[in-house]
Parts: sequence; structure tokens; C-alpha cells
Amino acid sequence: MMRFLRGAFVIARRDFSATVLSKTFIFFLLAPLFPLLFGSVFGTIGARVASRTERPVVAVVSSPADFDRLSTARNDLTDALGDMAVVKLVHYAPEPNAAGQVDRLLASNELPVRAVLTGGLDRPHLTGAVAQDEVTTGQLRLLIANARLSPGVSKPSLAVTSIQASSGSLMKDRAITAQIGQTLLFILTILLSGMLLSQLIEEKSNKIIEIIAAAVPIDAMFVGKLFAMLAASVTGLIVWISAGAFLVQMMKHGGVATLPSPAVGWPAFIALTIIYFGMNYLLLGAAFLTIGAQASTAREVQTLSMPVTFGQMLILLFASSAVGAPNSAGGIAAAVFPLSSPLAMLARAAEEADIWPHLVAIAWQALWVALILRGGAYLFRKTVLKSGPRLPWWRFGRA
Amino acid sequence: MLRQVLQNQVTDGLAVEAIDLVKEFGDTRAVDGVSLAVPTGSIYGLLGPNGAGKTTTLRILLGIIDPSSGTRRVLGRERPLDAASEIGYLPEERGLYPSMHARDAIAFMGALRGLPMAEGRRRADELLQHHGLGDWARKPIRTLSKGMAQIVQLLGSIIHRPRLIVLDEPFAGLDAINQGLLEELIRREARNGATIIFSTHVIAHAERLCERVAIIASGKVAFDGSVAEARGRLRPIVRLRTRASDGPWRSAIPASARREGDEFVFELPEGGPEPLLKALIDGGAGIETLAIERPGLHDAFVAIAGNKAAAAMGQEKHQ
Repeated sequence: MMRFLRGAFVIARRDFSATVLSKTFIFFLLAPLFPLLFGSVFGTIGARVASRTERPVVAVVSSPADFDRLSTARNDLTDALGDMAVVKLVHYAPEPNAAGQVDRLLASNELPVRAVLTGGLDRPHLTGAVAQDEVTTGQLRLLIANARLSPGVSKPSLAVTSIQASSGSLMKDRAITAQIGQTLLFILTILLSGMLLSQLIEEKSNKIIEIIAAAVPIDAMFVGKLFAMLAASVTGLIVWISAGAFLVQMMKHGGVATLPSPAVGWPAFIALTIIYFGMNYLLLGAAFLTIGAQASTAREVQTLSMPVTFGQMLILLFASSAVGAPNSAGGIAAAVFPLSSPLAMLARAAEEADIWPHLVAIAWQALWVALILRGGAYLFRKTVLKSGPRLPWWRFGRA
Repeated sequence: MLRQVLQNQVTDGLAVEAIDLVKEFGDTRAVDGVSLAVPTGSIYGLLGPNGAGKTTTLRILLGIIDPSSGTRRVLGRERPLDAASEIGYLPEERGLYPSMHARDAIAFMGALRGLPMAEGRRRADELLQHHGLGDWARKPIRTLSKGMAQIVQLLGSIIHRPRLIVLDEPFAGLDAINQGLLEELIRREARNGATIIFSTHVIAHAERLCERVAIIASGKVAFDGSVAEARGRLRPIVRLRTRASDGPWRSAIPASARREGDEFVFELPEGGPEPLLKALIDGGAGIETLAIERPGLHDAFVAIAGNKAAAAMGQEKHQ
């Protein structure tokens, strides 16, 4: 056993150093910044374009008093729906040539005027390209109706008793936490574990595989490579999180504080997220290492990449059946199937408070990591090294 | 403790023992019933043309691949990987990580065999210095010449001071100077008590270095024994030049003798040189020159493995 662990450690140390100390690792570390950067740039441009073109502006040609009452009515509506959801109003004082003013406003390049409201609150008339826009016309009807109410009329009072959460909201909210946790785990794993496909290409092309295979068990080599890449990935994650890119992005949108508390509580959920990331990485990584070990060239690895990515997508889809229904047949199947188990169990952690299923699941997943590695090493010996006696297919696994 | 004692008893005298090894790749039988016995502390050569099954035999002995059938025992262990820390191996197809520094590559190979990395680096510096590569210790392998990289890999295979060193075609690709250095290194390791097995298709190397050889052809061991035994399979060759062209002395020359120029060439008769000399002198041959040549390993190889295998070896030698 000591020889096995020592061999795995030597391989892992070499691979980890070769990965982390290479110049290309800097690009690896910078990689998540590119989508964030592009997202920010295009998001800003898109928001600007959207605000200029999409948000409907209605020019209101009326007396200041009528416009004030419309504005008050609009403020009440934005309290309920949000500012962006309600039509924007811009006031213009009436001019002698009313028809000419309407045409000029509709042709204006300064503001994206969709329609012009004339006639004040008494005889409102809307002119503009609003034939298909029932939202704008409907909102204007509501605003005018509220503005027509006498200023003295007070809003009806509503007594509110606030509690932490109701069963309906909790289930829905925890499902959101489960979905977000699962997606995050999936994205991290898909980004990081794909590297394992090509992990044995260097050894095979450099013929170092002969030296390694003569010195340590193939299983130890697989374990070493797997844990080296897990360590390199964790190094990357630590750097990314330390750099704050991820946290800043999260906080910009309210941060994790806005997520509903998971059923097992935040400390346990975070711990389980880390563990399930490790298990998910090891499970998929072991499978990728096994598949990649069969490839002889980088071209073959590239060809394998697409079906492997689709395979991961299928696993995510399968695991997502556990979200919202962890005890359903689909949820339990996703938790039992080794490759989807970490994703399904993380969703469960968000929705169910019991801890013991996680202990069972982690042991189950660890068993499958060992089995996949063992199978991968066996296949490698059989198909790449061509070792051992020829066995009929029904005796596969007994060598 | 008991296990160690038993292992010592088993290995007493033999570093490697293989019995009836067979290896099939699909329908091809690459190794066909190979049996070997390598004495501890000897320099043992595996001779044969490419494709004879030498590399496959070595890979089986090292545990890189398992045989289709047959058994092997290496340093007393049935699973060669159990003795990995006591074995050094230089594969036929050389391989090193190109970005690794020379000293790290050597230390890494030692670490795979259980030598601590720090100690491996220290020994690597010493060995590189000793072999004139001290200036290259901290340079990446990709900057070294092919010959230098080969020396680095060779040093990596002995860095952990193994009891058994397996070298697969170690002389291939080396210039004459480095071949000489390698021969010296092999002799030094053997003097220090290591058992050396090396495969080669160059008979001269085996003849100079080996105490015992196995001649492999078409996956089978055609001969396993000492170089002297191999040569002993052939009668010495007599080259005779006489002043007299005919006379009673001619009856002392075997009927199978052939003429090469003005020389008679024939195998030394069973009785040895003295009766032959007496018959020639008494018969009035007028001996001008008489040479008795011991057959070389090449002649023995031709006799044992056949002309076809010898021709294949000759072609490879000149490639």
C-alpha cells in the first residue's frame, strides 16, 4: 500500500508542478476573467442600447398640474412593478401648433418617443406606433384613471405580518438554491475536469509510460494524475476566489445573502459543496482519464471532447431531476447513479435537512472513484500495454 | 523476516528466472516458450535481431506486461513490481519529459523507485558531473542533444543503486565515445554487485561484455549459456598453408576442408592439434603457416540462430 501511495504521490507531484509552474497556467488562471470581461462590456453596451431603444417613452403634452398627477400615479405603479417595467413619461408644454408639435416629437432623435399623449386628463388622446403595444396603452389607461382620482383620496391600508418564510416560498426558494449550487458545480467541473482527457498523451508520446509502468502500478499512476489535476484545479479556484472576481460578481447581484438558506444550513452546505466538487471532479475525471488513456494522439482527444461534453450535459439534465423533488424516483436515481450523484446530492442538501444521506453518498461516490480508476487501469493495461493473457469477453474483469 | 529469508533462499544464485514464457498479441506469438536463468551478479545479454522477442521478454520480466502464460521470478518476487525499488530500467524507446531539468529527470526516475527526491537530486548532480554533463544539470531536457539525453536517462535508471539493471538496446543511438563510456559503466555496476541484463543486436557488445547470453530468434531461446559455451558449440577453425602441394600428409586433412586462396580451411579434428601436427610433419607437408582460430560469438550465433537471423542482425548493424 505504501508503495502504491508513494508512486501515486511521485506522479501527482510531477504533474502538479509541471502544470502549475508552466507559463500556460497563467492563461488558465486568467480564463474566467475573459467571459466576465466580455459579459461586462457587452452587458453595458446592451443595457445602454436597450435603454435607448427598448424602454417606451411617452411624451405628455399637458399642463404641469396634469403631469404632476400622472407622475404621482406612475410612482405608485413603479412601487409595485419596478421602474423599468413602467412606461416612461416626459413632459412638454403645449404649443400653439398642436399637430405640428406631435409630429415633431414623434420624429425626435433625442428620445425614443413611442407615442404622444395630448388632451390632458379630461380628454386624453394617444398618437403613436402603439397598435401592437397593449402594455403601453394599458399602463397609460391605469395611470390616467389613478391620476383622475381626487388628490385627497388616500391609499387603502394593508396590515402586514412578516414571517421568515412560508412553506410555499421555502420550497421554491430552496429549489433555486439547489439549482444554482448544481449549476455552479457543473460549470466548475466541466471547465476543470476536461483537462484529464489529455493527461496521458504526454507520457504516451514521450514513451515515459514505459519507465512509469515498470516502476509503479498503473492504478497508482491514474490516482496520481487524477489528484494532481484536482490539486491544480483547486489552486486555480483559490486564486480566482482570492482575486475576488467571483465574489465581486456575486455581490453585484446581491451576493449569496440573497439566496434562500439551504435546508442543511450554510456552513454544512458550503462544506458539502466543496466535498461534492471534489467527488464530482474525481468521478468525471476518472472517467475522462480512462477515456483519454485510450487515445494515442491529441487529435483523438479533440475528437473525444465533444461527445464527452454532451455526456456531461446529459448528466446535468439527469441530476436536475432531483431539484425540487429529491425523494422522487428520478431524484433518488440521480443520487444513486455515480456520475450524477454529487450534483443530485448537492441539490438535496439545499432542500432536505438530513445529513446522513450525504455520508452514505460520499462513501458510495468514493467507492465508484476507486472502481472507475481500477477499471481504467485495467483497460489501459489490456488495450494500451497489451498485458496479460487473452480472455474471452465474458471473463472481462477477472484478470 | 521469514519471508525475506525465504526470498533469499529462492534468489540464491539467480537474479531472474523465467519458465516457459508465452506472449501473444492477437494471432501473433511474440514470445514462444522463453525460459531464462540469469545468475546474480552476472552481465547477461539477450541477442537477437529486431522482432525476435527480446523487448517483449524484458517487458514481461519487468512486469510492464503480463505473459499470456508462463511464470517469472525477479529478485525472488513473482510480481516484478514488488521488487521495483531494486530494479533499474532503460527502455528501448527513450523517453523523458522535455521541460524537466536533467537533474530533476534523474531524481524523478529515482523517486519512482523509492529514492527521496532530495537525495536523488544530490546524486544526480554527482553523476552528471562525473559523466561530463555537470553544466547541463539545470537545463531542460529539450536543450540536450540526443546522446546527452540518453546518458541522462541511463543515469536515471541507476540513480537508486539497483540490484538488477535492465537495459534494452542501450548502445543504440550512441556514438563510439559514449558507447565506450556505457560499457565502462556496465562493468562498474557489475563490479559493485549488480546484475545486468541487456538486449542487443550488435554481437560485438555482447562478446565484449557478457558472461552469459541468450540467443533469441522468432520468439524462442535458441541458446542460453556462457559465451564460451556458445563458442564451444563450434569446432576451432584451422588455416593451413604448406610448401608441398601433395603427399601423404593430405590424409590428415578432413574431406570437408575448403581452399581459400592457397590456404586449406577446415574444422580442427576431434583429436586436437597434436595428432594433426604430427601427421602433417610426418607426411612431409612443409608447414608454412598454421593458425587455429577459436570461433567468435558471431560464428556461434550463425550456427545457433541460422543464417537468416544473422543476416538480419548484420543489416541492422549497418543501418
